[in-house]
Amino acid sequence: MKMNRTKYWASLILAVNLCFSLLGQTEQPKIVIQKWVDPSKEIPISISGFTGEVYATLKFDLEVMGCKVVSSEQASYSVEGSNNGNVQGRLFIAQTKNQLLGKAYSGGTLRDQTHAFADDIIFALTAVKGIAQTKIAFKVDFGSTSEIFISDYDGFNPIQVTRDNSIASAPSWVSGKMMLVYNSYKSGFPDIYSHELNTGIRKVIAQYSGSNISPAVSPDGKRVAMILSKAGSPNLYVANIDGTGLQRLTTTKEGESCPCWSPDGNTICFTSRASGSTALYTISSTGGQMKRLQTIGAINGTEPDWSPDGKMIAFTAQMGGFQICIVPDEGGEAQILTAGADPSWAPNSRTIIFTRNTVRGTRSLSLLDVYTKRVKDCNRMKASCSQPVWAK
Amino acid sequence: MVLAVVSVVVGCKRKPQPPLTYIPGVSKPITNEVAGFGKEGTTGIETDKTIAIPIPLPTTNEVATPLADRDLIEGMIPDRDTFKLNIIYFDFDRSSIRTSERSKLDAIAKVLKSKTETKIQIEGHCDERGTEEYNRTLGERRALAAREYLIRSGINADRIFTISYGEDKPADPGHNEEAWAKNRRDEFILLLPK
Repeated sequence: MKMNRTKYWASLILAVNLCFSLLGQTEQPKIVIQKWVDPSKEIPISISGFTGEVYATLKFDLEVMGCKVVSSEQASYSVEGSNNGNVQGRLFIAQTKNQLLGKAYSGGTLRDQTHAFADDIIFALTAVKGIAQTKIAFKVDFGSTSEIFISDYDGFNPIQVTRDNSIASAPSWVSGKMMLVYNSYKSGFPDIYSHELNTGIRKVIAQYSGSNISPAVSPDGKRVAMILSKAGSPNLYVANIDGTGLQRLTTTKEGESCPCWSPDGNTICFTSRASGSTALYTISSTGGQMKRLQTIGAINGTEPDWSPDGKMIAFTAQMGGFQICIVPDEGGEAQILTAGADPSWAPNSRTIIFTRNTVRGTRSLSLLDVYTKRVKDCNRMKASCSQPVWAK
Repeated sequence: MVLAVVSVVVGCKRKPQPPLTYIPGVSKPITNEVAGFGKEGTTGIETDKTIAIPIPLPTTNEVATPLADRDLIEGMIPDRDTFKLNIIYFDFDRSSIRTSERSKLDAIAKVLKSKTETKIQIEGHCDERGTEEYNRTLGERRALAAREYLIRSGINADRIFTISYGEDKPADPGHNEEAWAKNRRDEFILLLPK
């Protein structure tokens, strides 16, 4: 999402290239940066000169995105800089001391500046856009009620979106807009609403008889997949984002749940009990035949989420407890990654946010690096948090 | 429910007829069945990675009755007491009505038949052991199962309304089987005219 284009977020972070890299180094041969050969190997990196929150935030961001912060002797790359008043820093190849990046930041908070620096470091190292400046939405459970919140990707700076003293659940971002679609019981029944975050304007998308639940916005932001029970069984439907043009896609008596979209918008993946047991299926988003998605090695698949690069589907398997799994988008061998539920991909198709402690006690959000399987916990709220979705 | 047929495939593909294990009590033709289905990870055959299966079409007498318009209960007064002893309970991850719960539904049907001016709202609930949105669908299926029972008992479909709370409103906040058993339930709210 292009967050920094909106007035909603704190002022634009200006990255000022101080041209460190151009001074006195012109004679040096051009350095070929070794991009990740094996992304499952953590990049050893050292950090010096930063303190307090800036140091902790930089370490957290870099480790979420595949680095491991180590001592300068063990590091392949080193980050040096300071946070007196503002964040400034440089990235070096540890052995040669060749500089890859040198920037100073102004505007926003120190956290914002640090996230921007972390993203610049990751881009310099991997040529992949970082995710440290992205947002998430999630459900916060207050016991008898639940509300939708948004926050930074690491759980900091939470902002409450709904205040209905009702049940709100299943948030879904409208891509590229400051807009959420979610399920709320504020009318007394579970209905589906869109909510413009800048204006607070809410519109009803679906309020048919029975339950209107589990909305998922298409990647182009124009359509919504959802589960409606109005025909007498909970089935998969698609409508335009304003609720018009409703189309029923499935007709099973056993019922469907948990829809998500392929990044090209052509296919919807969802859970059905059509075969008598819980499993993942796909269907064309314009209608057609349901196809079983094989998840060899994982059973009871629910909560699918399609990676933005289209290659993998993350989902929750239930085998004793809940497990986060991934499977190729055409189906096949499933890979079990970690204990947890309700995965949502980051824009980099590498990091996943998910719900932890899903059965006993308070639920909380954690981040998983799919390649290294490293898990880091988001900043915890006092209340139980679940159903995280990453803004893309 | 189990699959109608689970075929156990051992050895090579050339075998003209793979051995089939018939599950008692099901008499569905096997022609549409795909080998290895329902036992993920155990199939011995390489098939297409996505398998097309026909959407089960309900036979004519099985077509679900569409829900009545919500406006019909606008302004009606909810009475949560009348049926508070008629809460029905479900097996884990199931939405079929247990034989033991039928008498509670029969009693509800009797009241509805005698008070023709009333309607009823059925709330479906789950324990916490399913994922959240899966449970929201499961809760609705539980409410719809009781609705179907009442329709078959002679109650008009336009008097019955359903809602699912998934796992969001547990009757018992505990994290053990005793609590879960209490949470897998349908509650019945009698709706009285203004």
